[in-house]
Amino acid sequence: MCLGVPLKIVEIQGKKGIGEVRGVIKEFRLDYLREPKVGEFVMVHAGFAIEKIDNDTFNEIVTELEALNQKIMELENRYET
Amino acid sequence: MKLDIEILLKELNEVKTPINIMEVCGTHTMAICRNGIKDIISKNINLISGPGCPVCVTSDIDIDRIYEVALVEGTITATYGDMLRVPGSKPEISLIKAKSKGADVRVVYSAMDALSLAEDNPQKCIVFLGIGFETTAPATATLIKEAKENGIENLRVLSLHKKVEPIMKSILNNEDLNIDGFLIPGHVASIIGRVGFDFMKDYGCIGAVAGFDGEEILYALHRIVQARDENVFDVFNCYKRAVRDLGNPLAMDVIREVYHETDVNWRGLGVIENSGLGINDKYTQFDIEKDPNYRSIMMQTEPSEKNKACVCGEILMGKKMPFECPAFAETCTPLSPLGPCMVSSEGSCAAFYKYERREGLK
Repeated sequence: MCLGVPLKIVEIQGKKGIGEVRGVIKEFRLDYLREPKVGEFVMVHAGFAIEKIDNDTFNEIVTELEALNQKIMELENRYET
Repeated sequence: MKLDIEILLKELNEVKTPINIMEVCGTHTMAICRNGIKDIISKNINLISGPGCPVCVTSDIDIDRIYEVALVEGTITATYGDMLRVPGSKPEISLIKAKSKGADVRVVYSAMDALSLAEDNPQKCIVFLGIGFETTAPATATLIKEAKENGIENLRVLSLHKKVEPIMKSILNNEDLNIDGFLIPGHVASIIGRVGFDFMKDYGCIGAVAGFDGEEILYALHRIVQARDENVFDVFNCYKRAVRDLGNPLAMDVIREVYHETDVNWRGLGVIENSGLGINDKYTQFDIEKDPNYRSIMMQTEPSEKNKACVCGEILMGKKMPFECPAFAETCTPLSPLGPCMVSSEGSCAAFYKYERREGLK
């Protein structure tokens, strides 16, 4: 519930946004953003974009999530061997 | 914004006058533990975990009610995943236990998923559990509004949403605690704005809206310490890339339209006035508390049994550390939790169990 996911808006369909992060596509709602635009970056929380973020913030968060994912995979491999 | 972490750390290690700083966000609790922040700053900075996890502060009677609701025939209970394992007044009362008894419980990522469930299952009653502070309250409100616009009749919402301001005031009014500053939850602040925390100034308390990575938390801590040393009692936005001064007006509008303030029960803390968000009369058709099919369950006022070993209430208020609970790491573990602080992935006990257990401290 508390996880905020950064996404880049790739398509807007009325109140719905389609976002992308590292090839993963996710649908979310745009009700709380003023004039969202394709190409903008947003913080999505429980299916709703709650704020726009800048490119640097997007990249920083994604990098952190990728590092976390890498660590999880290392731990999984360690326990399987 | 580039932070010079070395300078921040140097100065955070030079703090000579003790200062009590509380965080009221489960994600901050975990981030502090995961980054080992307590170990790399002065011991004169006392970091206290407060009641920041909305799952943790859902009262045991509410969990008991949720359990009973889930077992009503013809009900699909839609919930965020972190509510599944939270125990009520007894360990055997939880949504996952209800599911094992045949209840139809669905984990959803978004409140709007509950709308889809209602549309796809017209013969069932979809009960959505609205949990969270101001960050998720707008999502539940939007669900309710859209259900009304679309003429949906088989959706009910149990609003257990709570407000952050009343609990923070309760802490500031507590004579047993002496909080000098708060790390302010970043995503709540995204909604209610930095200004939503200005009330802290009336208490001579310092606030810093903080992001969620280690560097951002260090920056916010540094800001609080600096303000204390300068005798500046203000609320600072240290998470400007996601938080605006006035927050999100569109989200605040929908909160005001759908909800009103109510007195609600916080687990381990009792009833706090005007701290909950009840559904307005305009949307009463979606309020499970007004539905005759569920009224007898919703009118339960006392849990069937209180767990005497669990001291989550005192831990949530920062009065005790997890290792001071007699059940911690003994009868209460992540695999067999007694209370919400251990069940919730962002609860104080879960964070402590995972990251901070030391020799001699369980």
